[in-house]
Amino acid sequence: MIDFEPTQEQKEAIDIAHEFAKELFRPISRHYDEHEHESPQELIDKTWGERNKGTLALGLDVTASLRIEELCWGDAGLFLCVPGPGLGGAAIFASGTKEQLQRFLGSFNEGEPKWGAMAMTEPSCGSDTSAITATATRDGAEWVLNGEKIFVTWGKRAAENPGGLVVVWATVDKSAGRAGMKSFVVPAGTPGMRVEKLEKKLGIRASDTATLIFDNCRIPFENILGSPEIKKVDKSETKGFKGAMATFDATRPIVAAMAIGVGRAALDFVKETLEKEGIKIRYGVPRQKLIALERDMMEMEANYKAAKLLTLRALWMMSQFQPNNLEASMAKAKAGLAVTKITQKAVEIMGPLGYSRKYLLEKWMRDAKINDIFEGTGQINMLIVARRALDFSRDQLK
Amino acid sequence: MAKQFANDEIRRIYRQCDENGTIPEGVIDTAWKMGLTSSSIPEAYGGPGGERSAITGSLIAEELAWGDLSITMHALCPALFAYPILEMGTDTQRKKYLPFFCGEKYKAATAALIEPRFGFDPCSLLATARLEGKEYVLNGEKCYVPLAAEADLFLVYAAENGSSQGFIIEEGTKGLQVGEREKNMGIKALATYEITLKNCRIAKEDRLGGEKGCDFSRIMNSSRVALSAMAVGVAKAAMEYSRDYARERVAFGEPVASRQAIAFMLAEMAIEIDATRLMTWEAAWKLDRKDEATKEAALAKAYADDMVLMVTDRAVQILGGHGYVREHPVELWLRNGRGFTTFDGMATV
Repeated sequence: MIDFEPTQEQKEAIDIAHEFAKELFRPISRHYDEHEHESPQELIDKTWGERNKGTLALGLDVTASLRIEELCWGDAGLFLCVPGPGLGGAAIFASGTKEQLQRFLGSFNEGEPKWGAMAMTEPSCGSDTSAITATATRDGAEWVLNGEKIFVTWGKRAAENPGGLVVVWATVDKSAGRAGMKSFVVPAGTPGMRVEKLEKKLGIRASDTATLIFDNCRIPFENILGSPEIKKVDKSETKGFKGAMATFDATRPIVAAMAIGVGRAALDFVKETLEKEGIKIRYGVPRQKLIALERDMMEMEANYKAAKLLTLRALWMMSQFQPNNLEASMAKAKAGLAVTKITQKAVEIMGPLGYSRKYLLEKWMRDAKINDIFEGTGQINMLIVARRALDFSRDQLK
Repeated sequence: MAKQFANDEIRRIYRQCDENGTIPEGVIDTAWKMGLTSSSIPEAYGGPGGERSAITGSLIAEELAWGDLSITMHALCPALFAYPILEMGTDTQRKKYLPFFCGEKYKAATAALIEPRFGFDPCSLLATARLEGKEYVLNGEKCYVPLAAEADLFLVYAAENGSSQGFIIEEGTKGLQVGEREKNMGIKALATYEITLKNCRIAKEDRLGGEKGCDFSRIMNSSRVALSAMAVGVAKAAMEYSRDYARERVAFGEPVASRQAIAFMLAEMAIEIDATRLMTWEAAWKLDRKDEATKEAALAKAYADDMVLMVTDRAVQILGGHGYVREHPVELWLRNGRGFTTFDGMATV
């Protein structure tokens, strides 16, 4: 039956992650916001160690999402510095073979900190991921990759630190459209892959968002994820592309979990302040009797709750191997927008304290916004939900 | 079972019921025989002794309300009296009243909470109960009392020294006067009445829970959960109808649903319906665990109030002019949807 109680294991996971967020993330939060592109070495080493002990394992399940919420309550930008296979790992997980899983991720946790990244977006295509122009050409036992990828989260760390990997999306046959889209694993340090620049951003400044150039970058033939065949049978038969979409079903709820962490940070800050001021939120009092502040707080809290429950549902379904494409997009669309609004409202409520860099709230507002953009903008996720709800194809609803 | 009943029985007649302002006895009796009220009454009081769960109650309320809100509220109305007695009544009260709900035929019983005034607040009622010797004397006005004209039993909420308590009043008690049937914007098939209490005297023992009184906040939370679940049901009906319409209706050479302006409305409706359902279940789960649930229930209800208005309004909007005419049911759902902010105390799980 329906149960909302976290398991004992989950409660412990939350407590441990919260402690890290409070003790390790928060104290250095402002520094790495103001010193963009500086690397938080101590945090990296420490979280790498904890991760490998299992205390901060960040897989694709409910427990991991609860951990992620806590860590992003600490700092979302710093969370994106925590080593691990990341989105690259998620892509391999979603469309790799067992052998590839073993080869690329089997010993990922050993040795020095490593990162995995996924390179999809290009200067001329963002949400329309089927329009990518990067190419992969077969040359004997190798693939040759060419093209430019932008907005690669973890891009620099994944491409440059030994043992890391970047999953790159490229087309093997432009005329095949979506069917020609494939993903390739490029190990860190592969000649022909280089970091062109790091973006300067509105928020999550500790995170390295990189432009990667692939210039005759050669990788073994076996590094293609999924089948190398181009199936032109039917327009709907677009396996490579579906691999990308399956990845999103796994990663979107994770991004939603990040979002709600940031949202809760802002909510908690406002709540603590109100408590100090002796202002109590009166639940269960008729609306017309509430003051505007109470209404705002309740709306923010309800939206946080709505986003969180949708997120947990999407992750729970995935852990049960149920298709969760609709639910993942619902969670992402709701969470991205909800925390954008929650944090913006929080700044308004806190007035001069909200806008000041003396406190972290203004930073959280800047950090929150990314959740409505990456891993599919709010609008793209709404489009997916709408298609699902209507049972419409891409052609029926553009 | 509830789903099938809603689909086969309720949906067949609900439009007519709204137009006529009446509900055929047959459908209410069928609902009664499904045990909607009696199923959780213990065997000792003549019931089947099923497990009582707010989550199950929420599931049923959503399905029934998807069929029609008036019929749902009518069918579940006896629970407004029976459940508080079951949960908080004294042993004497349980023995006396619960068997009433275990018979073959629908028995009307009701509760009176809402008052006809600006600034109504369930926690600071104007209706009063004053202890005079061995009797309570009740005074005040109530409105939105469902089925008051046919009810044999009333649970009237009134302020006793400032705190809201329930009082059992049997039909025919001197001082209890049932007024005219009310005319409302929505839930037109549900018969609701104003009632007046004028020096209405009842025995001291007829206070809900006797000496101990009742846990009024739990009664309110059960109401909030029930209404949130019903709001989800109404919203789901409106969403499905407008979705199907938008798939079929062609404008500028393609279905209107192929336009993002329409499709995004539907997507948001779908997301908010699911979110509200999850919040309702969470609050119901807290009720079932006997945890303090005021925060969860209040947040779910406030969220549901906004959601159901947004969804039903958009359903009308998506149908455009056709949404405004009574040939399509979306206008009915908008009228019903608007009422949830008012309906406190008119449903329970």
